[in-house]
Amino acid sequence: MNVPRLNRKVKTAAGIASVYFTLLLIGFVFIYPVIYIVSYSFMDTEDLVNPLVRWLPTKLYIGNFSEAARVLDFAPTLMKTLIVTVLPSILQTISASIVGYGFSRFRFPGKKIMLAALLATFIIPPQVTMIPQFLMFRDLKLLETIWAFILPATFTQGIRSAIFVLIFYQFFNMLPRSLEEAAKIDGASTFKIFYRIAVPSATPAYIIAFLFSLVWYWNETTLTALYLGEKWATLPLKLQNFAVTFRRLYPADPYSVVGKNLNEAIVMAGTFLTLIPLLMIYFFTQSWFVESIDRTGITGE
Amino acid sequence: MRMKIRTREALQGLAFISPWLIGFLVFTLVPLVRTFWLSLNEVRVTASGIRTFFVDFKNYKDAFLTDVTFSGMLIDYALQMAVYIPVIISFSMAVALLLNLKIKGQGLFRTIFFLPVIISSGPVLAELTDKGAMTFEGLTNLGFLVNLQATLPPSIARLLAFAVGSFIVILWFSGVQILIYLASLQKIDRSMYEAARIDGASGWQILWKLTIPSLIPITFINIVYTIVTVSTFSTSAVIQKIQTDMYRPEKGLGYASALSWIYFLVMLAIIGMFVLINVIYRKKGGERS
Repeated sequence: MNVPRLNRKVKTAAGIASVYFTLLLIGFVFIYPVIYIVSYSFMDTEDLVNPLVRWLPTKLYIGNFSEAARVLDFAPTLMKTLIVTVLPSILQTISASIVGYGFSRFRFPGKKIMLAALLATFIIPPQVTMIPQFLMFRDLKLLETIWAFILPATFTQGIRSAIFVLIFYQFFNMLPRSLEEAAKIDGASTFKIFYRIAVPSATPAYIIAFLFSLVWYWNETTLTALYLGEKWATLPLKLQNFAVTFRRLYPADPYSVVGKNLNEAIVMAGTFLTLIPLLMIYFFTQSWFVESIDRTGITGE
Repeated sequence: MRMKIRTREALQGLAFISPWLIGFLVFTLVPLVRTFWLSLNEVRVTASGIRTFFVDFKNYKDAFLTDVTFSGMLIDYALQMAVYIPVIISFSMAVALLLNLKIKGQGLFRTIFFLPVIISSGPVLAELTDKGAMTFEGLTNLGFLVNLQATLPPSIARLLAFAVGSFIVILWFSGVQILIYLASLQKIDRSMYEAARIDGASGWQILWKLTIPSLIPITFINIVYTIVTVSTFSTSAVIQKIQTDMYRPEKGLGYASALSWIYFLVMLAIIGMFVLINVIYRKKGGERS
């Protein structure tokens, strides 16, 4: 009598254990590079060549960080990166919300075609439009200025803008209109209704759009290199040229004590420094990222 | 009067979407056409501006006939897609199904699985791949795999080597897809599960007959998302070639424009293939019900 029940219990326990095992195994794949970066960035030259040291450095050597910070020109570069990512992200979020509201609440001729075009812009890779954009910014003397990022973001053609317009479009579609209609009867202007009623109720969509914009702008390198160039080189871009910059700062000279060789530990310390600002943002806001799709209902057809 | 209200509404709507309308024309549509026009020209950048010389489809011919690397890159790109799409889709679906189970630590696992979206910038990935942090050393040298590769036809062996070598990188493109699957899993009607259970369906049957079929529509969205993100990622060989050729005097902007249009068309062809599959699948589903 008791055997089948016990059997089932054992079965579910085994099931749960295997689920955890699989999740941990897969989770390890994602954590592994992070562990790798952290552990290598603390190794000194002895640890690097010591075959016994595999994961745990024998001591916490922080010299790599000071060298990497010098190569990345850390503090100024961080400031630049923040400006180049935060400003377009804010503008992109605001403009996407205005456009999304427009598509969601009003009837106008050509709306269906425009929505289709909006969807299509997601598929058009930036590489097909970047050369004429580059020439346009060049003619307007906007290359190497932040305007080359601000203008597309303001007109919802920034990095993956289409997704954000769609997020707001879906979100406003889900929102009941009764409050807005009541305000309309009371004689409030359309803009006031948007600003006073729609915007406050869309706070989750705003936060999510901003956070994703931030991450995507931060990680963008192709367009940043092309439009903003050396002058606004962001942390990821500096990391891309890490080896070159290092050799310029520390010319290799086998006989001198000053000359240093670029080793893995310094590169990893540089990578760590590049990642840490975003990781910190993620650490504090992760529930927004992870629950974003539940909160905005973007998967609703 | 009624007419007037409608006109007013239309005007207000157009006012709200005007940033998009302007942006779409200035930053997308016109550049798209202009890239195509440039691709039919030889473009010289001079101090006074750019000068174009019409050369018809020469740049396109050059890309396939003269350029030694480009065709190979496109083939590699197609191969990459053939590996990436099935791996990413099945992986993210499996992870979403696991994460959807009611277990402790769900939030922690979600946080970890979403980490790649935060970390994956081109240079960071390149640095990690470079240092071997993106492959498990043992995997590529497994005797079994080496033997298998020797017996398979070369093209398939290459595909396999590619899949093994960049396995972790592939998984790193799955973050958003996992989220999308998770969200749609949570939308499945609970009562359907109960009904299936009452009818005596086992967990396994429910998974294959109910849960996975209900994920099919969203799979199409995930496939398109995967194609777009992987194709436009900055470590892509074709994109890097476009960038370097832009500045090469013997190739220049015209040639780079042609390359980017070809790349775009190949990408569209791949997406189009899945659109077709999706349409056929939907039709079949419609006939059945």
